[in-house]
Amino acid sequence: MKIATHNPGALETRLRESRKLGRKILVPYITGGLAGWLDAIRGAAANGADAIEVGIPFSDPVMDGPIIQMASEKALRDGATPTSILHELRSVDVDVPLIVMCYYNTVFRAGHDRFANSLRESGVVAAIVPDLPLEESAQWAVAADKALIETVMLAAPTAPDERLPRVIDRARGFVYAVGLLGVTGERTELATTAVAMATRLKKITDMPVLVGVGVSNAEQAKQACSVADGVIQGASVVRRLLEDGADSVANYVAEVRAAIDSPVASKR
Amino acid sequence: MNAKPVPSELLTPGADGRFGEFGGRFVPETLVPACEELERAFNEAWNDSIFRTELDDLLREYAGRPSILTECHNLGAQLGIRLILKREDLNHTGSHKINSVLGQALLAKRMGKKRIIAETGAGQHGVASATAAALLGLECKVYMGAVDVERQSLNVFRMKLLGATVEAANSGSRTLKDAVNEAMRDWVASVETSYYCIGSVMGPHPYPFMVRQFQSVIGKEARKQFREMCDGADPNVVVACVGGGSNAMGIFSGFVDAKTRLVGVEPAGGAAVGRGTPGVVHGMKSYLMQDEYGQVQEAHSISAGLDYPGVGPEHSYLASVGRAEYPSVNDQEVIEGFKLLARTEGIIPALECAHAVAWIAKEAPKIQGQTVLMNLSGRGDKDVAQMMTILSDELN
Repeated sequence: MKIATHNPGALETRLRESRKLGRKILVPYITGGLAGWLDAIRGAAANGADAIEVGIPFSDPVMDGPIIQMASEKALRDGATPTSILHELRSVDVDVPLIVMCYYNTVFRAGHDRFANSLRESGVVAAIVPDLPLEESAQWAVAADKALIETVMLAAPTAPDERLPRVIDRARGFVYAVGLLGVTGERTELATTAVAMATRLKKITDMPVLVGVGVSNAEQAKQACSVADGVIQGASVVRRLLEDGADSVANYVAEVRAAIDSPVASKR
Repeated sequence: MNAKPVPSELLTPGADGRFGEFGGRFVPETLVPACEELERAFNEAWNDSIFRTELDDLLREYAGRPSILTECHNLGAQLGIRLILKREDLNHTGSHKINSVLGQALLAKRMGKKRIIAETGAGQHGVASATAAALLGLECKVYMGAVDVERQSLNVFRMKLLGATVEAANSGSRTLKDAVNEAMRDWVASVETSYYCIGSVMGPHPYPFMVRQFQSVIGKEARKQFREMCDGADPNVVVACVGGGSNAMGIFSGFVDAKTRLVGVEPAGGAAVGRGTPGVVHGMKSYLMQDEYGQVQEAHSISAGLDYPGVGPEHSYLASVGRAEYPSVNDQEVIEGFKLLARTEGIIPALECAHAVAWIAKEAPKIQGQTVLMNLSGRGDKDVAQMMTILSDELN
């Protein structure tokens, strides 16, 4: 196990504290600019989310499945831009850290420093850029570090053992364990890779390890949390926002919270 | 314009997969090991004489290489230039796509993959992929924008006939860009068993370099053939159409170190180099048509094969150092170019290549007496149904 040597930022500090208290971490994902998204953030924060991931919609989201694609297209059609989303985020007064998820062209087009600073000014503390792998991340990482934006790195099931420590070294906030081979979206069962990935990572790092991609309901969240420090839930949250509005997001977050808080019945 | 030759060693990207500032490998973490594995496998295969012989044999005995040069005596005289075509339209499956697909499918087999994924615009790369898959016993899935499925139904049927599965991409603009997105999503999920057979000099490293190497056979042959035909001289101008840009890179690669003017013709509605700005999509940094926030804009072209808002990174590099130029022509000029080659030479070009014809006709007054080598990268049979609608009044 490797102990992280960087100074933990606001997000990582918060997640480490939760972990120390024995609390599993829940991070819902909400597409920015989608009707009701600000209320969904407030509802999620009030019902047990430990941090919230806000997606900035992109025209070509290659890591996303049908639900988040649909949400992105809808938000873009309604006129959402990175600027409008970050501006509106300032009005959200919630007590949990905000993380932005965006594709790299959004960052590149704005300029690394300018984008990092605009996140900071909107009260965002961390960023996830799913198409910016370790080898391409240097420029952004420098700008993000300078602006005190924690860059969450993804660790995928395809990574050989020698790669994982290098990814973890560059990770800030938490390590995002990709739960399966595939894009975001709900699945009927938790892939075996989810727990396997969390196990591989927990063995080699003391950073918080959260599983995302394919964690589709309360039951699956609980399963993933048997090893991981927490979960990220995307498509299952966004689908509820699309279909039933912000209240259903709040209810769902409460349901998942209750499930991961309940004691583990038996070890499998 | 005096073309500045670029030493050929400049054109091999380093470990970072860059051509100058362009290229790279901007892919989800899941795909990084696959790109690294592919890079190793390609370099190994490319330097293995057994692999190269196997590929050369297929190109000769299956694809029908070398493709010939045809001098356009009628059109040349009409335009006041010496116009020579590199006949990639005569390859098996009717375009240059087979060059890269045979290479990639052989490589996929060598890597132990059982299934290939491809994206296609006009359907030429899809047909070539389905063909290679049938020949080499691989499973094949082709993603095609729903709009293109409609306007290129003949090629859709052809792919199915060859045993491939065709899936319509219904997201975004429902054209080539979205077919690439769907193919990448498939690849993220199937990376352990599937090989992504990219159709152009685009995508994450090593694809732009690898596809260029597979297509360089066009330029290598053409340089030699042209010299034989024209008393040892190189052409004044080499012209090719550019969508992603693989046929252009294929022929440019043979002349990049010559004093030849290199011209890549883009559609006015998809002029990534001409009207775009640097951006990152589909795994690469390159010129891209995008808005102020980096949202990729939809391309609009009469030809499905050029309906793409990006371009291969090596073209961006050649443009940025001034080695190649990238003018554009509009759809009306393309229609005229399409008819012009048909009527004067008895050759119906693919609509993509009609872009190059259109530029040559427009440029002719300025290049009187010069030798022009045009890459005729595909034949027009696939476009006849579409042109029947467009030209119905005129030809009835």
